Parts: sequence; structure tokens; C-alpha cells
Amino acid sequence: MKTFCSVWLLLSLVELSPAPPASQEPPLACTGAPDPAPPQPETAEDMASTGDLEPTHYPARRAAQVALHYLNTHHGSPFRVFGLQQVHKASAEDVGAGGRKYKLDFSVTDWGSGSAGPALRCSADVLFPRTERHSAPEVQLHCEALHQINSTAQEDDAFYQKYISPDSAVSARDIPDSFGNMSEEMQPFWRLARVAASFIMLRESSENTEFNMAKVASVTQQESREEQLMLEFVVLLHDFPSQEIVQWKLLASWSPDRGVRVLQTEWQPRCPHATKPPN
Amino acid sequence: MKGSVISVLVVLAVLDRLAGGLEHRSYDYTKYHTMDEIGFKSTTPKKAVWMDCGIHAREWIAPAFCQHFVKEILGSYKTDSNVNMLFKNLDFYITPVLNMDGYIYSWRDKTTRLWRKSRSPGTGNCTCFGTDLNRNFYANWGMVGISRDCCSDIYNGPTALSEPEAKAVTDFLGAHQNEVLCYLTIHSYGQLILIPYGHPNISAPNYEELMEVGLAAAKAIKAVHGTSYKVGTAPDILYANSGTSRDFARLIGIPYSFTFELRDKGNYGFILPEDQIQPACEEAYQGAMSIVNYVHDKNFKSAATTATL
Repeated sequence: MKTFCSVWLLLSLVELSPAPPASQEPPLACTGAPDPAPPQPETAEDMASTGDLEPTHYPARRAAQVALHYLNTHHGSPFRVFGLQQVHKASAEDVGAGGRKYKLDFSVTDWGSGSAGPALRCSADVLFPRTERHSAPEVQLHCEALHQINSTAQEDDAFYQKYISPDSAVSARDIPDSFGNMSEEMQPFWRLARVAASFIMLRESSENTEFNMAKVASVTQQESREEQLMLEFVVLLHDFPSQEIVQWKLLASWSPDRGVRVLQTEWQPRCPHATKPPN
Repeated sequence: MKGSVISVLVVLAVLDRLAGGLEHRSYDYTKYHTMDEIGFKSTTPKKAVWMDCGIHAREWIAPAFCQHFVKEILGSYKTDSNVNMLFKNLDFYITPVLNMDGYIYSWRDKTTRLWRKSRSPGTGNCTCFGTDLNRNFYANWGMVGISRDCCSDIYNGPTALSEPEAKAVTDFLGAHQNEVLCYLTIHSYGQLILIPYGHPNISAPNYEELMEVGLAAAKAIKAVHGTSYKVGTAPDILYANSGTSRDFARLIGIPYSFTFELRDKGNYGFILPEDQIQPACEEAYQGAMSIVNYVHDKNFKSAATTATL
């Protein structure tokens, strides 16, 4: 117990730690020409496996994650985000013009309902083109009973009515905060960001990436257009193989009728953390 | 055997920081004790289990787990005959926060929360800080799953063991390699139990046994709250890598070496909500104990034990 108390003391001391000297602060705005293309992972995975794939291994999981991003772009909402539960079967084959197509059988759950929620069975074809410059994977997806899951229409409408009013100007940062806290009011915005980020994650995915959204750096409501909620997000994406955090700014619209659309995206180079202090 | 618990945790390094000390001093490990040694005193040399948490700064659930583990074993050894027996026969070496600089930096503010590496200044022309400690070990260093760009989150360092944190672990494990039976390193996220090696073309000689032990641990984890963990080598279930502490431990002959990647699977990722801390630690505890008990029983229960190396 004594040790536990000492360790607890350690944590409280860490919290009170003062800020480091100013020379170690990262610059507020990064100077220098930004690289137009976001960083691609450096290791080219050997993707020699063709035919049946082991469902627990990463090639199948990465392809399923791509299908999941596609699912969320089409069916995600402020009250619904799907997560990958399990891959049941997977196979891959090389196709003409140097691409690889994955056939997948997997289950997803709605994060909103937690582990108690029903699992939806899906099948998908995911084609990763092998072009010199990266191009987005192509997905064909079918999920059973998609329209039978509990509708979120009521919550969607209530949320829409609340924020479509002309004087609504939502603005928030760091969702969740460093400790994983997120207010109930912010949860639908976090989900919308996750859905909008899915457009980017889908587009940027390859066999050498595996994206999740790490956090929402900011959300700023813009003036509503054509009866759509307009939200500007800055999202931080995490890629497994490179372990990089990739920052994107994006403009998304949403309404219960039209769902989520992403109008603009902009990759934001992250400053190298703390350039060397001048000697 | 009369026993008493030896437990040492003095975090002078933190106090030093509060007093205005700079990041990345060369930590004098005889002065700053950042490791717990837990077990009953013995007149004869004991076998040991090593656990480290927080090699990667942003994986906050990992240091939380180490603390939970220490709290559990210290809180139960008097009443739980199993833990009591473990303390008799084994010493536990536990470092709750291996990457101290990185961890403290990740607490600084919201912009630093997702820091991963150490905080060593860049060498040569490099204007970025930090080396990925889990690519810096002398275990197929630089072969796969790394970047030579010093700004990369998987930069493996100017040389192997360039980082004092990695060197300290290496020195300790090297000095104790005949004692340490089991090496556990705790990370997040992904819900995985990884076995050596990170290179796709190299197999551990006891791969089958490691898989068995890992799968049993995953089963123990699932029994707590229903959480599914996958088990396999890193190149199979995550990605190929090199220079990892897990691989180093196995390479010097520690037979049971595992990486735990704790909750979740990407929903919140590194920023796990508060209400998941306790259940994540509870299930991982059962997984870790499943492995510790296997290792213990293999070495202390049966009359004729053949250590598999």
C-alpha cells in the first residue's frame, strides 16, 4: 500500500510540473513550405499472401478497416459510428493493372450501443490500386439488416434543430481532453468528426496503413448553407505502421436527410516538436 | 521461510524536474530509483519476472496498469496463497514509467498528449527530438519497421542503445539474465498479445509454447469483461518491427517474452476514457498473472523441469 501511495504521489507531482523554458516551446506557426502530400509510411510491407488470409492477421484487418471507413461515410451520423468487431473470413487476389482485391466477411458494431449492441454482418470487396501515385481504394459493401438496427432519427432531428438555428456558433477544442473526458454535448460532434474523418481515412488508405482517429483538435461551426450544418474540424489521425499522428483540417456538412458530406480537406503538417533552441 | 517485502520506489527524478532540472539528463540509476523490486527476501538467489510500462509516452493506460499490478500483488500476498507463493519463489521487477521524459512531456499540455518517443535532442542536423525507445534495442536493430528520419515516430536512434533508458534496461537484463524467467512489456492500444520476433523471417524456438501461453492469457482476459485480445507475432498481427525490448529479452535467452497492447481497438485509442481504466487494468492483470503462474509452475512445481530456451 505504501508503494501505491508513493506512486500516487508521483502522479500528483507530475500534474503540478511547471512549464519548460520558453526555448523549448514548439513554434506557434510552422514556417517553411509544407509538403503537399502527407507522409507515407516508409516500410513497404511484403504483401505476398494471395488466396485465403488468416482473419486475425493484419492484412485482412487493414482491408476490413477500409471497408469500415466506407461504411461510416455512408451510414455514420452524430449518433452512429461503426467499429470493427471481428473478421470472419478473408481472401486476396492480384487483379489486372497491378491492383489487389480483398474479399471480406466481417462483423461491425455500433460504438454508441457499446459491447451490448448487436453485431452486423457485412461482406465487402476492397480493391487497392497499385498506381505510381496513391489513389483511393475502391469498396463494394453489403451489410445485412442495416435498416433494421434501431433508428437514431429522433436524436438526429433534435440535434439538427438545436444547432441549425442562425445564432448557433459551436466552437470547442480537444475532444476528448487529455484524460479522455468528453461532455455529453460534445459527443455527437465527436462522432460527426469521426465520420467526416472516415472520408479522409478511406481516401488515404493503402495496404501499408491502418488509420484511426486519435482525437478532435477543434470544431468550429460555420454559417449554415442550404439547410446543412456546416462544421470545420481539425482532426488528428493515428496510423499504426508509421505510428505517426497526421493532422487534417476539413469542412463537412450534415443534415438528417443528406448525411455527412466532406467539402474541403487540407493536410496540416505538424511542427517537429520543439526545434532546437538557438545556441 | 520468514519473509518480508522489499519495495523501493523513490522518484527523485521527478522532484529534480520540479526543481528546474532539464529534460534528458543522464539519469544516475543508483541515485534515482524508478523501479520496484517486490518479493520475499531470500538467502539464495531468486528467479524473477520483469514488467515495464510506459516505453511509449502517450500510452497512459500502461503506467496505470503497472500501478494496478503492484497494488494488487501487494494488497493480496498476505491473504492470497497463490500470490504468497509467487513472492516466495520469484522477485518482481517493475518499472511503472520507463520513458520518464516522454511521459512527463505528454502531460505538459494538450499539444503534447500524443508524444511517443524519448526526449533526447536530435543529433547532427536533426531539429527534432526523440528516439522510439522500442526500436532502439540491440535486437536486429534497424532491420525492419523503422525510419531513419529523426522526426519520425519510429526513428530508431542514431545508433542502437543511444538512449539511456534502453541502455539501462539492457544492462539490468544482461546482469540478471540467468534470473529473469519472464519479460512483460506493457503498451497500448490494440488489444493484442505479441510474441517474439518482430522480424517476419525469424521465429522463436519456443514459438508454439509462446502461442499457447499467450492464448491462455487472452482467455483469462476475456473471462473478466468479455474483451477480446488477439495473439501472435508482431509481423503477423500488427506490423514487422525491430529493435524492440521484447525481442532483446528473448534473444538473450529469457524464454517467455510478451508485449501487451491494452485497450482499446481504435475507438478512443491512446486517450482511453476514465471509466475504462479500472476494467482495462483488471482484465490485463488476469492475463499477466496467467503468464506469471505458467512460468512459475514450470520452474517450481514439477520435479523434473526442462527449461525451454
